[in-house]
Amino acid sequence: MNSTSLRRPAALAAALVLGLGLTACGAANEEPSSAADGGTDAGEGSSLAGTLNGGGASSQEAAQNAWRAGFQEANPDVTVNYDPIGSGGGREQFISGGFPFAGSDSYLDNEEGELDAATERCGGQAPIEVPNYVSPIAVIYNLEGVDSLELSPDALAGIFAGDITSWDGPAIAETNPNADLPAEDINPVHRSDESSTGNFTNYLATVAEDVWTHGEVEEWPVDGGEGASGTSGVVGAVQNGVNSIGYADASQAGDLGTAAIGVGDGFEEPTPEAAAKILEVSPAADAAGEGQMIYDLDYTTEEAGVYPIVLTSYLIACPSYADTAEGELVKAYLGYVISEDGQATAAENAGSAPLAPSIAQEAQATVDGITVG
Amino acid sequence: MAVTEAAPRPVQRRGDVLFAGLARAAAVTILLALAGVAIFLTLEGAPAVTAPASARGGEDDIVLYVWPLPFGTLLAAVLAMLIATPLAFGVALVISHYAPRRTSRTIGYLIDLLAAVPSVVYSLWGIGYLGTRISGLYVWLEDNLGFLPFFAGPASTTGRTILTAGVVLAVMALPIIIAITREIFAQTPTLHQEAALALGATRWEMIRMTVLPCSRSGMVSASMLGLGRALGETMAVAMVLSATGVVSFNLISTSNPSTIAANIALQFGEASGLKVNVLIFSGLVLFVITFGVSLLGRAIAARGVKGDSR
Repeated sequence: MNSTSLRRPAALAAALVLGLGLTACGAANEEPSSAADGGTDAGEGSSLAGTLNGGGASSQEAAQNAWRAGFQEANPDVTVNYDPIGSGGGREQFISGGFPFAGSDSYLDNEEGELDAATERCGGQAPIEVPNYVSPIAVIYNLEGVDSLELSPDALAGIFAGDITSWDGPAIAETNPNADLPAEDINPVHRSDESSTGNFTNYLATVAEDVWTHGEVEEWPVDGGEGASGTSGVVGAVQNGVNSIGYADASQAGDLGTAAIGVGDGFEEPTPEAAAKILEVSPAADAAGEGQMIYDLDYTTEEAGVYPIVLTSYLIACPSYADTAEGELVKAYLGYVISEDGQATAAENAGSAPLAPSIAQEAQATVDGITVG
Repeated sequence: MAVTEAAPRPVQRRGDVLFAGLARAAAVTILLALAGVAIFLTLEGAPAVTAPASARGGEDDIVLYVWPLPFGTLLAAVLAMLIATPLAFGVALVISHYAPRRTSRTIGYLIDLLAAVPSVVYSLWGIGYLGTRISGLYVWLEDNLGFLPFFAGPASTTGRTILTAGVVLAVMALPIIIAITREIFAQTPTLHQEAALALGATRWEMIRMTVLPCSRSGMVSASMLGLGRALGETMAVAMVLSATGVVSFNLISTSNPSTIAANIALQFGEASGLKVNVLIFSGLVLFVITFGVSLLGRAIAARGVKGDSR
């Protein structure tokens, strides 16, 4: 009896301590936001607070990580999340209202009614789309003793279609008279996941439709060749397999040789500058309306200094947001991504090509036009 | 009547009731989980049957799209089993009957360690080490055994073929099979073994006459568990295999059938809308296959037990 009466106060005390501990935790959690309010009053330069959850194209993931870090550094009370669920998933989530903004490798059109659905989601106003991520896709190869390789579009298409099977074939030898091409079989490596394939096949189908007869497809249509998953998978396969050729993000090419691709009469290396130029020479897409900076890339351009095999990714957002906090965040974040600073950050961390000044200005004006509240 | 009433009722205490209830609840939970998965796969997979061709990689019929996948799944698993089972039984026999006790214990620990290695690590090993080294063997196979359809070539220079995937899967299935079979071999009645030896049997004859017959059903069960791992393995195949969606028995070329699990992992990232349903439908096919395989395994194991007891 004695012992229990002793124990009870102890338990009570323990419960009290626990309870105090819990409330203390709660208070600690509240603290940053109240401090943030104070901060805004003091005018620290950033009035933004809250969480922004976007997502979409996985191609942007590395760049988005750089942008998130940069944006959060400038706005310490903001958390930005980017879920790389894929372009299709990003558009789906944007339309259903799950994401306030989305990243997508292809623009919205009405083939499956996505543009109309997105317009409805934005309260009857057409969504805005701005290019934010441009990255050259390099054709990488592993050939002993061949330091530079120049490929015409037809030769490139022939290799990946399986028509050109030997490295010393006439279509390749013609453009590389000085290279010591081996009489070995070509091992073309392609992506076994869907990302990037649409882009590359679109290029092949446009520039060499007689050779690449499969059109623009998401899933690799040729039975031959080697499949590898992800950019790193393709780069690894080309690295490990002599006489291999593949396509991958130029920033990931590493020590591998990158082929110069025939444009007009000359050949272009996959440099960021040359890649960024493609948007300048490309016409706006048919689906483009007010606020939609979308392009049908002009792969057949003959302009010197333009590298045509490019991945372009867009940001999709609404032109106006009813929720003030959400709208402010989207506007500020998108503005940062498009800005010179943001583009430089992505170029440094993800190896993308900074937007050309004229495009960046137009994009900035579009983002500035977002109305809030 | 009176007699039956007089029979003492079995004593039941609270613990019995509680334990029986808990055990039943566990059993029901498993069944519910299984049923839940089956229902989900069927409901979500059903729209794939009528989906437009664009969601199925351009194939007109869901069967045409899906069928190379079970083919690849089974081919890779069969290759893995062909390599893993003899090797595993051999290792297990060494551990239980041949090696001195201390050595066998060390080998046992090492084998168990193999099971703890994550599949991603195995796939990195498959790509970076095994693939590049085994490609020389493939060239040799093509040159010397090229008349066989399995080795028709052209040999892959990166070694990322279905045979490599089979080897990686075999290494992953090994520890499971070994761990179970070595315990089963050790369960062989000592009297039988000593009797066989006393009658003048050599060690190999003793193993053939006493250990193997006693363990047959256990060996089948162990293989089935290993096979389950090989069928369902995702990451290793997705990374190691150069999958191009063909149906071919050519084991050493760069064009290989994909497996169901690897295909889902590779395509899910960029899939949306009906494509997801198509992928889930292929998941349903895998579910049915694994179910069928384990039923088959059960049947074989059960037959083995009957044969022994008579």
